[in-house]
Amino acid sequence: MLEITNLKKEFQDVKAVDGVSLNIAQGCCFGLLGPNGAGKTTTIEMLEGIIVPTSGKIRYKNKPLGQSFRNEVGIMFQHTALQEFITVREILKLFKQFYTQSKSVEELITSCALEEFLDRDTRNLSGGQRQRLLLAIALINDPQIIFLDEPTTGLDPQSRRNFWTLLKGIKAQQKSIILTTHYMEEAHELCDELAIMDHGKIIAQGTPHTLLAEHFNNSIITLPASDLPSNLSQIGGIEIQHIEDRVEILSDDINQTIRLLIEQQVSLNQLQVRSRTLEDLFIKLTGHELRT
Amino acid sequence: MNMRRYFALFSARNREFLRDRTALTWNIVLPVLLVIGFAFALSTDETDLFKVGLINFESSTQHPFLETEHIQFIPVDEHDAITKVERHQLDMLFDISNSRYWINEQSTNGYILEKLLQGSASNLKKQAVTGEALRYIDWLIPGILGMNVMFSSLFGVGFVIVRYRKNGVLKRLKATPLTAFEFLAAQITSRLWLIVLVTSCVYLGTDLFVGFHMYGSYLNLLLVLVIGTISMISVGLLVAARMASEEAANGLLNLISWPMMLLSGVWFSLEGSHPFAVAFSKLLPLTHMIDAARAIMIDGANLIDISPQLITLIAISTVFLFISARTFRWE
Repeated sequence: MLEITNLKKEFQDVKAVDGVSLNIAQGCCFGLLGPNGAGKTTTIEMLEGIIVPTSGKIRYKNKPLGQSFRNEVGIMFQHTALQEFITVREILKLFKQFYTQSKSVEELITSCALEEFLDRDTRNLSGGQRQRLLLAIALINDPQIIFLDEPTTGLDPQSRRNFWTLLKGIKAQQKSIILTTHYMEEAHELCDELAIMDHGKIIAQGTPHTLLAEHFNNSIITLPASDLPSNLSQIGGIEIQHIEDRVEILSDDINQTIRLLIEQQVSLNQLQVRSRTLEDLFIKLTGHELRT
Repeated sequence: MNMRRYFALFSARNREFLRDRTALTWNIVLPVLLVIGFAFALSTDETDLFKVGLINFESSTQHPFLETEHIQFIPVDEHDAITKVERHQLDMLFDISNSRYWINEQSTNGYILEKLLQGSASNLKKQAVTGEALRYIDWLIPGILGMNVMFSSLFGVGFVIVRYRKNGVLKRLKATPLTAFEFLAAQITSRLWLIVLVTSCVYLGTDLFVGFHMYGSYLNLLLVLVIGTISMISVGLLVAARMASEEAANGLLNLISWPMMLLSGVWFSLEGSHPFAVAFSKLLPLTHMIDAARAIMIDGANLIDISPQLITLIAISTVFLFISARTFRWE
C-alpha cells in the first residue's frame, strides 16, 4: 500500500533520515520505534506529505504522493493545537467540511467515545479527551491509511489502554496504521510489524516475535542479591550480573540453571523468570546512553 | 477555490472572535471610551492657541502681524482653506499678497485675531464666512475608529496567524485538502466583516451620545472603511506570512502600529509639522484612510475628491496581499 525507497532528509549539516526503505501492507499496523532524535517524526512527516524529502521515493497505491493524498489519509501529529473557543462537535463539523468524502460525525462521536464532552470548548479537554478528539479528526475522512505520531505520550495508564482499544477497533476495519511510539508495551500490543530507527537509519525490522527470536535466545532469571553466596560470580558458565540489590542470570535453559542454583543451596522463594521484551531489544540495539 | 472549505473556516474564525469575550470587549469598549472620554474632556471646545492659515505666502514674506506671539501661522492650501475657517479649524485665513483675510463671524478667536491684525496693518479687506464650529471630537472620531481598525487588523490577523503557526494549528490544517489561498481568504474576509460590523456599531453608538457632524455620504464612508481595513489586514498578513515567533511578531506589529498611531493624524493634524514627518505619514495606509474619512465627514467630499487616498489604499493592499500570498508558509 505504501512503498518507501531510500528516503533521505537533510537539515543543513544534519542527516535526519538516511536511506530509509519500507513496505507497508494494507491492514498492517506498522510501528516505528527509536530514541529521541532518531528520525521517527521526520520520517513519518515525509510519509504524510508534510515534509518534502531531500531524496528518495514514496509511492501510495503504486502512485507518487499527489494532491489527492491529503483527501485519503488520516493524520494525528505529536503536537497539535486546535482553534480555540470552538466546541468538540463544531471542530468535527469543521474538519468534515474539508474533505470530499467523510464519515458521519455521530459515528465518530460513538467510535471515539466523545459523547461526554461534545459541547466543551477545545481548550478545556483533558489529555485523554484531547487525544480521542484528535484521533476522531484523523478518521473523519474515513482514511485507508492513518499516521499516528506518539499518540499516547503523556497519557495516564487508563487513558492509554482506552486509546489502544480504539486503535484495535480501527485495525479490525483492515485500515493501515503507521505509529511512532516510545512505549514498547504499546508497540507489542498493537503492531504487526516494527522498525527500530537510530541515527536516521533502520537498524532492525520485522514482527515483534521474529525480532525477539532473532536477537534473544534466552530468558532472564532474577533473584535478590542477598540470596546468593557472595563468592558466586557465575553459574553453569553464565556470568551473574549484579543490578542494584538483585542479580540477573541470562539463561537459555531455565531448568538446567534452576537445578544448578538448587545445588548451590540458593533460596528460590523470590525467584522470577521473565521472557525477553521489546524494551530489552530496544536497549540492546540503541544503547543505554541518554538521548535528548 | 472550494467554497465549502472556505465557508467552514470563515464561520469557525467568526465564532472564535465573537466568543473571545476579552478581545471582543477590547475591540468595542476601547474606542467607545476614547470617544466619550474626549467628548467630555474637550466639551469647552476652544483651545488656547490661535491658528492662522496663510495663503499666497513665501518664507521671505515680511509682515508685522506675523511677528505676533502665541499665534501659530500655518501655510495652507487655498482650495479648502475657507472651509477650514467655516469649520473653525482655522481661526483666520490671511492672504498677505492681496491684503485680504477671512474670519468666521461666530468665532471668538476670529474676533480677537481680527483686532490684533487691524492693530498691525491697515487697508485690509475683510471676508466674512459663517459655519458651525467643528469640535475636536468631530475631527477625532475618524482617527479613533481608524486606529481601532488598525489594531484589530494587524493583531487580529497578523498575530493570530503567527500563533496558529507556532502552536501547530496551521500544520494540522495543512494536513487537510485546504489550500493556503482558501485559508487566507477565510482569515481576511472573516476579520474584514467583523471589523466593519464592530466599527459601524461603535460609530452609531457613540453618535447617539455625542452627535457627530457628517457632511458626506455614509456609503462612501463605508467604502473607505472597507478598503482601509483591507489595506491594514494586508500589512498584518505580510508580517504573518512566515514568522513563527509570537514575541517577534508582537514586536514587529508594535513597531508598525505605533508610528501609524502617532504620525497618521489620529490625535492631531500634521499640518505645520516637519516636512519629513509629513512625507513619512504619506507612506502609512492609516493616514490615507483617516484623511479620506475626515474629508467625507467634515468636508462632505465625494469619491472623486478622495480618489487619491482610495487609489493609494488599493495599491498598498494589492502589493502587500500579493507578496503575502506568495511568501506564505504553513510552517
